[in-house]
Amino acid sequence: MSAPTAALTALREKFPGVTERASLDHPACNVPLPELRAVLRFLRDEQAYDLLADVTAIDWAEGSSPRFTVVYHLYSSTRHEYVRVTAPCAGDVEPVAPSATGLWPAANWHEREAYDMFGIRFEGHPDLRRILMWDGYPHFPLRKDFPLAGIETVLPDPEVAAETGTKVIAAPMVGGPFVASSGEMNLTEAEPQAKDQSWDEKKEKPE
Amino acid sequence: MSTEMNIPDAAARAAARPAAVEGFDTEKMSLSMGPSHPSTHGVLRLQMELDGEVLTKCDPVIGYLHRGDEKIAENMTYNQFVPYTDRLDYLAPLANNMAYAIAVERLAKLEVPARCQAIRVITAEMARISAHLLGLGAFGIDTGAWTVFMYAFTEREKLYTLFEELTGARFTTSYARIGGVARDVPEGWTQKVDAFCDQFLPILEEILALLTRNKIFMDRTVGVGVISREDAIAYGLTGPNLRGSGVPMDLRKDKPYSGYEQYDFDIPVGEHGDCYDRYLVRGEEMRQSVRIIKQAIAKFPSGPWYATDARKIFAPPKDKILSSMEELIQNFMIVTEGPQMPAGEVYFEAENPKGALGFFIVSKGGGVPYRLKIRAPSFCNLSILPKVCVGNLVSDVVSILGSLDFVMGECDR
Repeated sequence: MSAPTAALTALREKFPGVTERASLDHPACNVPLPELRAVLRFLRDEQAYDLLADVTAIDWAEGSSPRFTVVYHLYSSTRHEYVRVTAPCAGDVEPVAPSATGLWPAANWHEREAYDMFGIRFEGHPDLRRILMWDGYPHFPLRKDFPLAGIETVLPDPEVAAETGTKVIAAPMVGGPFVASSGEMNLTEAEPQAKDQSWDEKKEKPE
Repeated sequence: MSTEMNIPDAAARAAARPAAVEGFDTEKMSLSMGPSHPSTHGVLRLQMELDGEVLTKCDPVIGYLHRGDEKIAENMTYNQFVPYTDRLDYLAPLANNMAYAIAVERLAKLEVPARCQAIRVITAEMARISAHLLGLGAFGIDTGAWTVFMYAFTEREKLYTLFEELTGARFTTSYARIGGVARDVPEGWTQKVDAFCDQFLPILEEILALLTRNKIFMDRTVGVGVISREDAIAYGLTGPNLRGSGVPMDLRKDKPYSGYEQYDFDIPVGEHGDCYDRYLVRGEEMRQSVRIIKQAIAKFPSGPWYATDARKIFAPPKDKILSSMEELIQNFMIVTEGPQMPAGEVYFEAENPKGALGFFIVSKGGGVPYRLKIRAPSFCNLSILPKVCVGNLVSDVVSILGSLDFVMGECDR
């Protein structure tokens, strides 16, 4: 039995709620949300996964429940192995997950990013605010219901916006990056096309 | 004994300063450095709080270069995303291309032939040299040594000429494809790379000699911005910044990919984790990269340079597309629907010049990723700034930024 698999076996003995997760490379497990912090602590302290490589989230799109999954990738700097830990977030509209900042300071920025992009509220995070988008930005761009073309947003400074009437124009992505859908469809639909192009040459851009 | 050396931590030095004299209370000043500042190497803004010259708080503000690469990736086929990876760490696009291609190949469980692996290793190490040269040059300027920059850029120019001959582009190479590379190396190219390495080594010694025992440079870097081993790991630092703190972690050795296990090279590590150690590590890494390139060229394998059996992933060569019906259809399907991937999740990290560049791909099958997360080393490396800057002088912040050697294109994505 390889070392990471052994680590997962030990983990599942200690936390019976942990289930195995399908993965194409590293060992992975699915953890119930209340046990997440304890599991991460166990992996860090007793299984030598000392480096938090990455924290991110997946949006399984509107209608699915649980809609959001947080994903942690841990790396052992001594054993040179990765492990993937995932947990379904509580709440589909306002997802919540426990913060790992108490275990790794590295989680601070990663969780801020996950909050910024998905709107996942990490409980216990010391300073949960947007990191890549500006403060006051009203949307969560990596959610599946956010269109690729962007949504018109007033400028971050309400005073400037009120004075000038300026709005941030829709991102120049419209009609830009092409996507090909797969699956059964006719040739026209299967051609590469902008995914959420709501207007084209024939149809004027709606004001 | 290195372990017994006691270099006071920056925060300790600040704490050791005499307390304010009663009746002379100082007012904290808030200062914004960047986003357009020569030493922030791009568009990083530091919101600092100063007590005199000493930082009491440092809050990096990032996101000025955010382009939503992860959102874009969800909306295009795997091959279409390759040019976007150029623009992550735009100082080493070839290394990014390779990291991304390998991540997707892990998803497809696809092995590329030895020749393709060797091409990727050579280009990635050339990209490392080029990125470190810029890092050193810019670090030199930050600390008042202009000459290094000139020498370094002369060498980078030679590398760019080689990149141009190989890929057709100097900067944004887009060279890797899922299952191979865009084209085979041109005739005589490897000899040119070999010749470059031979002439580069003595010049590298000259460049490093300008800094290594330079009194001004040492005064500004030795003992400045010390990151302890524990902190480096806790903050998720990778690459030269982690090795500068004495952790011998290098994914090329620890989790070899693309045939790195065949090459003989050393991993330099620092002792004290200060700016000077990070500089030394980068200098030595360039020598090691030259070693790897020379070994890869010496046993440069022949054979196919792309996965010939990956019919639904790698588009066949152009001459075959134009002459054979089968290949034409294959090319058409790959271009329109994208390379066909199985469903599943993979996470792959490659040892890039700035650190571990990771791609987490969630696939539901088909030619488009469902979710693609980019783990940017510069993002993680910068997250330690609030910790390491506090207690230092404003001028030390410039040294620290230079020594962390980050790229905002990658940090903001």
